[in-house]
Amino acid sequence: MITHQKRSLSQIVMRLGLYSILAFMALIYLAPLFVMLINSLKDVEEIRTGSLLALPQNPSFAAWSKAWGSACTGSTCEGIAPFFLNSFKIVIPAVIISTLLGALNGYVIAMWRFKGSELFFALLLFGCFIPFQVVLLPMAMTLGWLGLASSASGLILVHVIYGLAFTTLFFRNYYVGLPRELISAAKIDGAGFFLIFWRIVLPLSPPIIVVTVIWQFTQVWNDFLFGVVFSGADNLPVTVALNNLVNTSFGGKEYNVDMAAALLAALPTILVYVFAGKYFVRGLSAGAVKGA
Amino acid sequence: MATKRPLSDILADAMPKLVLAPSFLIVMVCIYGYILWTFALSFTKSRMLPQWKFVGVEQYTKLFNNDRWAVASENLIVFGGLFILICLAIGIFMAILLDQKIRQEGFLRTIYLYPMAISFIVTGTAWKWLLNPSIGLQKIVRDWGFPDFTFDWLVNSEMVVFCLVIAAVWQSSGFVMALFLAGLRGVDQEIIKAAQLDGAAMSTIYRRIILPSLKPVFFSAFVILSHIAIKSFDLVTALTGGGPGYSSDLPANFMYAHAFTRSQMGLGAASGIVMLGGVLAILIPYLYSELRQKKAR
Repeated sequence: MITHQKRSLSQIVMRLGLYSILAFMALIYLAPLFVMLINSLKDVEEIRTGSLLALPQNPSFAAWSKAWGSACTGSTCEGIAPFFLNSFKIVIPAVIISTLLGALNGYVIAMWRFKGSELFFALLLFGCFIPFQVVLLPMAMTLGWLGLASSASGLILVHVIYGLAFTTLFFRNYYVGLPRELISAAKIDGAGFFLIFWRIVLPLSPPIIVVTVIWQFTQVWNDFLFGVVFSGADNLPVTVALNNLVNTSFGGKEYNVDMAAALLAALPTILVYVFAGKYFVRGLSAGAVKGA
Repeated sequence: MATKRPLSDILADAMPKLVLAPSFLIVMVCIYGYILWTFALSFTKSRMLPQWKFVGVEQYTKLFNNDRWAVASENLIVFGGLFILICLAIGIFMAILLDQKIRQEGFLRTIYLYPMAISFIVTGTAWKWLLNPSIGLQKIVRDWGFPDFTFDWLVNSEMVVFCLVIAAVWQSSGFVMALFLAGLRGVDQEIIKAAQLDGAAMSTIYRRIILPSLKPVFFSAFVILSHIAIKSFDLVTALTGGGPGYSSDLPANFMYAHAFTRSQMGLGAASGIVMLGGVLAILIPYLYSELRQKKAR
């Protein structure tokens, strides 16, 4: 739209308006994070008497260290650190397994079609959309029978199972877009199923692996429903702990500790997003959201 | 004919099926099997433990006569409707603005999108604070010299559902923007250039060419947003706890409360099935139109 001619006055005004709206929106999106950050650095008294928007007079990390190591989350008072670790113990295996399975499923559905594989894909796709409330009760009973109730492995299993639909969808849509000649040539040369996957398909997959890993990481890290239903007291994820911490109500409300804990709980996904988010958006536009 | 083939060949042929088999099993059991299971439970008297004593549609009658369920479903309609509408409006608007060859586009996009990376629990915690009349926005504006300013939606049972909308829109609208931006980038630039040469105004080009071509994005965004709305459970838990009273409950919270904390398993199962019905009512027309489009192509 921008030409090399000199811009007219009205165009300059338009651009100015455009940038002001964009900047204003940016402020709105940033405001909650900013407010949380500055107030987590104040003490309780300063929050109660001063303005939310005022910068801290004596910034201190006291609330952060309390949130991390000694705040009460329901029955224990060890901060959110142990739950942080719990979340990682659940997230890492769940992400790796569901991504791997998604890649293999996507590879079969896109490149080794057989009678019924499309039907399977349609059946699976439906799994992206079910409200989990409709499977919670049977899942809880099944985990009980398997002896996995209230265990980290049980929670990992649940995340793998219900993450499968999305991971398969991502890989399938990406693999459908790869040139078919690549695979058919390899098949003619007699390369087998896994050789083609390992030598040809996997090396082409990094963009979609990044998308899937980011997606699964944020989904599992941010999960609350499965955490609150399926995990026992020993392996509560950080989201559940944060909610307990905020709603624990002995003594006065320590807003600064709440805010610090919330920021700590959000930190891993925000970091992933800030450092790898552009690959996520690029990957999404490259095919993950294109019609199934 | 298969008798003469070496085992390795048979295995190689079956490999794709073998690889898909575990996932197939999982899908059939943990999605479809469990749905049927929940469906069956919803016709029983089950309370704390499942009991296979069938009572017909009693749980459904109870459900539809339950005031808390009525509030929750009404909330979902208000919350879901506004949430989807506002997210779509902001998403399209921002995507169009960002598509005007903006300097710093990447930077701005990161800012609009980051809430998507945050859990609804954190979002709820933050907004619970901002919307709290005694320390949040109401206090700020009063301190600015408007002592009569009132913004107490969070503790007002008539208005509390709009608090859910505010927090959810803040979290999800950036994602919708990204979807539309990706869609805009996919529009054929040649057509736009041709229209410009013909002297069409930019606003006409958007209205007549660009927006209609974004219909698939529109549909995907709609489906994703309604999915988020229906499963919103954590946002309510963190932001309002369902209160005041149960005035901000959503069906997901109703289901959790009855199935897991109030020992009303049968009723919980029935509410889960009704939620699934709601999703299907949205999903089936969508899938139908997708399939028709595919056939037409």
